[in-house]
Amino acid sequence: MLKLRPHSLRNAASILAFLGPSLAGFLLFYLVPFGAVVYYSFVDTPVRSRFVGFDNYRLLWESASFRKAFGNSLAFAGVSVPILFAVSLALALLLSGALPLRRTFRTVFLLPLVVPVASIALVWQALFHWNGAINGALAEWGLRPTDWMNTRWSFTVMVAVYIWKNVGYNLVLFLAGLANIPVDQREAAAIDGAGPWRRFWSITWPGLAPVSFFAVVMSIVGSFKVFRETYLVAGAYPNDAIYTLQHFMNNSFQNLDYSKLTSAALQLAIVIGAAVYLLFRAERHVREGAEG
Amino acid sequence: MMAWTASLRRTGACAKLAILIALCAATLFPIALTVTNAFMSEREISHHYGALADSGDTSADKDASAMPTKHVSIRWIPERATLEAFGDVLFNHAKFLTLFWNSVKLTAPIVLGQTVVGTLAAYAFAKLAWPGRDKLFFLYLLTMLMPFQVTLVPNYLVAQKLGMLPSYGAIIWPGVFAAFGVFLMRQFTAGILDVYLEAARIDGAGHFRSFVHIVLPLVKPGMTALMLLAFTDNWNMVEQPLLFIAEPFRQPLSIYLAQIAEGDQGVAFAASVLYMTPMVLLFLYGEDQFVEGIQRSGVKG
Repeated sequence: MLKLRPHSLRNAASILAFLGPSLAGFLLFYLVPFGAVVYYSFVDTPVRSRFVGFDNYRLLWESASFRKAFGNSLAFAGVSVPILFAVSLALALLLSGALPLRRTFRTVFLLPLVVPVASIALVWQALFHWNGAINGALAEWGLRPTDWMNTRWSFTVMVAVYIWKNVGYNLVLFLAGLANIPVDQREAAAIDGAGPWRRFWSITWPGLAPVSFFAVVMSIVGSFKVFRETYLVAGAYPNDAIYTLQHFMNNSFQNLDYSKLTSAALQLAIVIGAAVYLLFRAERHVREGAEG
Repeated sequence: MMAWTASLRRTGACAKLAILIALCAATLFPIALTVTNAFMSEREISHHYGALADSGDTSADKDASAMPTKHVSIRWIPERATLEAFGDVLFNHAKFLTLFWNSVKLTAPIVLGQTVVGTLAAYAFAKLAWPGRDKLFFLYLLTMLMPFQVTLVPNYLVAQKLGMLPSYGAIIWPGVFAAFGVFLMRQFTAGILDVYLEAARIDGAGHFRSFVHIVLPLVKPGMTALMLLAFTDNWNMVEQPLLFIAEPFRQPLSIYLAQIAEGDQGVAFAASVLYMTPMVLLFLYGEDQFVEGIQRSGVKG
């Protein structure tokens, strides 16, 4: 870090030159809007702006569609993030170490991340439609077809699609984490007679901790982006099981219901902020525990 | 004993490979299917996928007795490979090119702007000391994690005030200033050793000369990584145009592609392939930087 002499106007000017554009845009498009969200969530309409206290929140929680959306978003993150974590960690362990075609495997697992959702939505439809290929196969075997997108199954379908899309991202994180664990540590443990299971829990797992926390944070962020798939496959009003907060907020926006939207937005922000804060705290706890 | 262990190890490696190949096949399945089916003739597509057009999801009687007789059939190899569908998309669907161009017009300024703004600010965050720096950075980080909908209403009102709404500005400007660019570039800039900058300072270089001659050349891989990641995200944008753009002909393809498919299945796969191609090519070209970008974002800088 460069030491700056305090009270140096020249330095202040150059800091502003580098930071200025970003800070101005950040204030205008992110920080001020967020302040506005807080404000709007306590007034009746952005135009009349009469202070109504927590009325918007009460009305919001009285709305059945909000409760459903909130629950669904939490459930989706709660189910899909741990599964994604386990799958991509297992994949990273499979891919670590010398292996033919290793690079090719990584490329393949990353591809879903770069292919636009819109380009693949058609395949998801072809598979999961009532007349789709999966029901076709079921019918051929004499089994009952399932209406995948219009029943509770749609939740499972979206979890699968989410994992398909995001596994490469976490895989790359875990591979980097594994590469940072010194090989001789594992070898020494092996010589001392520790089995693979023991080696994983006492060396690999703690070594992966920092990367794991970041992977969880990004997976939560990603779990909200599954809206793209849901919207392109199932539209603005999908089955109840996959009607998430984003659907609710988009639809409130289109109905000009700003007070509901902003109070929902603030609560979502608080939930995400709290989750991130707890994860950072837990990460520091683990890291300091390992060092101390 | 030795031979036995070796063969066991070889079996294990083979099993590992077999699992990985199976998982790769599953991962590639939807992409590969889209690509091969893009070379089918329109007649063949409507033969295999015609069942999608039957509004199956509105049928009232969905008990076992009313089983649909016709289903989508997955076919990998076209009976006769043809470029017909590609020609059809490019020459008979004027809308496709218009919307493709819309995607370019939305994505390119965001990617370039985010890289410039992010690289500059990253220097201030990583290499200059000033009060409140780390707190501000944490705020950046938090906004990066929020879904787009959180600041939707005020963003809309700001855009309205600034007269950006009828244009793409309402989408482009927040994208240019998205915290992700600053965050990622900070991770790369923080990796530059301070001794280089100290040496430059002793030689009398100011911040601008150090930035141009030392920082910029060293963070080039980071800029490539950022451009690739930002391109991936914005080429795929759904939420913003969905809410901020009313006219269908001004939408980017990331939304509208699905509707082309509804109207005309014959060209849908070809259109999908054309749309994903720039992204996939860029990724294959810069895969190492792409991967480094993801990994650096996960490392404490």
